[in-house]
Amino acid sequence: MDWKLDPEAQSVLDMVREFAEREVRPRAHDIDETAEYPEDLVRKMAELGLMGIPFPEEYGGAGLSYVTFALVVEELCKACASTGLIMDVNISLFGEPVWLFGTEDQKQRYLRPISTGEALGALAMTEPEAGSDAASIRTNARREGQSYRLNGRKIFITNGEKADFYVVTAKTDPNAGSRGITDFIVEKSWPGVSFTTHYEKLGIRGSTTTDIVFDDVEVPAANRLGEEGMGFKITMDTLDAGRIGIAAQAIGIARAALEEAVTYVKERRQFGKPIADFQGIKFAIADMATQIEAAQSLMLQAAYLRDKGIPCARESAMAKLYAGDMAMAVTDQAVQLFGGYGYMREYPVERHMRDAKICQIYEGTQQIQRLVVARQQLAALS
Amino acid sequence: MKIAVCVKQVPDTTARKELTDDFRLNRASLDSVLNPFDEYALEEGIRQKEAHEGEVAMVTMGPASAEETMRKGLAMGADRGVLITDSALAGSDIWVTATALAAALRSGGYDLILCGQESADARTGLLPGALAEHLGLPFLSYVQKLDIEGSQLRVRRQLSGGYEVISANLPAVVMVVKAINEPRYPSLKGIMASKRKQVTKLDAGGLGLEPASLGIAGSRTEVVAATPRPAKEPGRMLTEPPSEAAKLIADFLAENKVIA
Repeated sequence: MDWKLDPEAQSVLDMVREFAEREVRPRAHDIDETAEYPEDLVRKMAELGLMGIPFPEEYGGAGLSYVTFALVVEELCKACASTGLIMDVNISLFGEPVWLFGTEDQKQRYLRPISTGEALGALAMTEPEAGSDAASIRTNARREGQSYRLNGRKIFITNGEKADFYVVTAKTDPNAGSRGITDFIVEKSWPGVSFTTHYEKLGIRGSTTTDIVFDDVEVPAANRLGEEGMGFKITMDTLDAGRIGIAAQAIGIARAALEEAVTYVKERRQFGKPIADFQGIKFAIADMATQIEAAQSLMLQAAYLRDKGIPCARESAMAKLYAGDMAMAVTDQAVQLFGGYGYMREYPVERHMRDAKICQIYEGTQQIQRLVVARQQLAALS
Repeated sequence: MKIAVCVKQVPDTTARKELTDDFRLNRASLDSVLNPFDEYALEEGIRQKEAHEGEVAMVTMGPASAEETMRKGLAMGADRGVLITDSALAGSDIWVTATALAAALRSGGYDLILCGQESADARTGLLPGALAEHLGLPFLSYVQKLDIEGSQLRVRRQLSGGYEVISANLPAVVMVVKAINEPRYPSLKGIMASKRKQVTKLDAGGLGLEPASLGIAGSRTEVVAATPRPAKEPGRMLTEPPSEAAKLIADFLAENKVIA
């Protein structure tokens, strides 16, 4: 595997680092404190062309690799996990399935505007009774001539209400299990679409999380993504892409915490010297750095496979599993190194710890990641 | 309108700098960036081009690697680059640098030549003036606002207590200050487009310059010594109760004429 970025991708990363450091990071504390959706930063990301990184230029994207996209997510999330997530979800959970499974017309109408940043996308899959058991959804779509009637309720939808377009999973054949699921592209403005609960969260507080109710929404057949019954397969592929993004988010959060910790242990003096001089502290820093880079290797491996069009369910699950747990451990350690100060809102490490927790939960819990890895591992050995 | 923006490749401004035995910057171990002051000149050039049409060329003198740092400017929106690179130019002072840049600019037929306030490494701030002198053009320094109408230039010059308004005919050399604008980030579109943009390389011969008049040999100034800034002295920690400490701080500030 060749991790070396081409000069254009490197220039993009240089620009994003500068942008994240100067424009995003100074806002992160307030975004968290007020749970404010960073409208202006999303607009700036759009102006810079960051909302469609891996999609072809003819669809408003930059035509860069998924590796580049993941590294950009990492940099943005290092500055602010909420801001990075908004762009990550737009690309990995909405743009990817439309790009890979959409018709030309769907790509023009939906992929192009979310890539240029004129519109925002999201994925509506989870339901009150269908979390890890994604095939047990109750939202249903009934064919009526040239359209479908969509009814149901989705919960915990990232970018909820802010997004203009949603990939929605629904049952078109209630008796066919996971093969009875079909995906649709639904517009926010359509009659019958409403946003109910807006959740208050532990972390990633600047990103919106809402419930969506579909009340007899008329969805034109032209908005069906793929064939009837393909929805589960499409969504599982979407989650492979999504998990790479979440791994990148986790790594960004952990890197931010490590940077804060390194600065602090060199400044903080106890027993007459900087605490960085104590071996116990050195070992903690070494472990944090090593775990971050191990997670990066897994994440880059999965993104590289995605770029090559090689199935990466196992690798993206591993990356998300390892990076999510790593981010929780590293941010916990950073809070510990800060001692009492780490527990206080004045220092950013407690925010990093709160932001990290979600990486162990969404886009498949850590338990689901293990099942994905184990399934492939056991199949390979049988 | 043809606009030239003079730029310089400088060591990453956050990097620790070391000097060689002959007091030149040891560039070997340093990452290079586009001189941050020049980004304001470049941004102004791009804005003027957007308002009046035409083209923006970046002009620099430096090692071959300077082409890489020019890519950022091309990604921001400059149309092309001109790189003067020749080993005979190594060690050039302001006089020689201005001679070489002027030679490249003279043949370009530019209406407006923009420069940053200074370079982040040498920090003389002399080049824009020297360039105007070599080219025999009006020189407008410390410009915080620039308007062009026809062949007329109208600028605000930043002064310590305000500004003055100066007008001049084009072509002219303009040195801009940071207050003039907020440089844009290169967009992904700009970055992708920059790989198709040309950087023309020129050497001393191509500019009709005599080798003897270049580099260290041709320079009229010589660095004879350089001393790093002494390490910062440790601060003084006041352990007195707040009321006494406040008085001590006030006395200290008055002693050092920070407050009256």
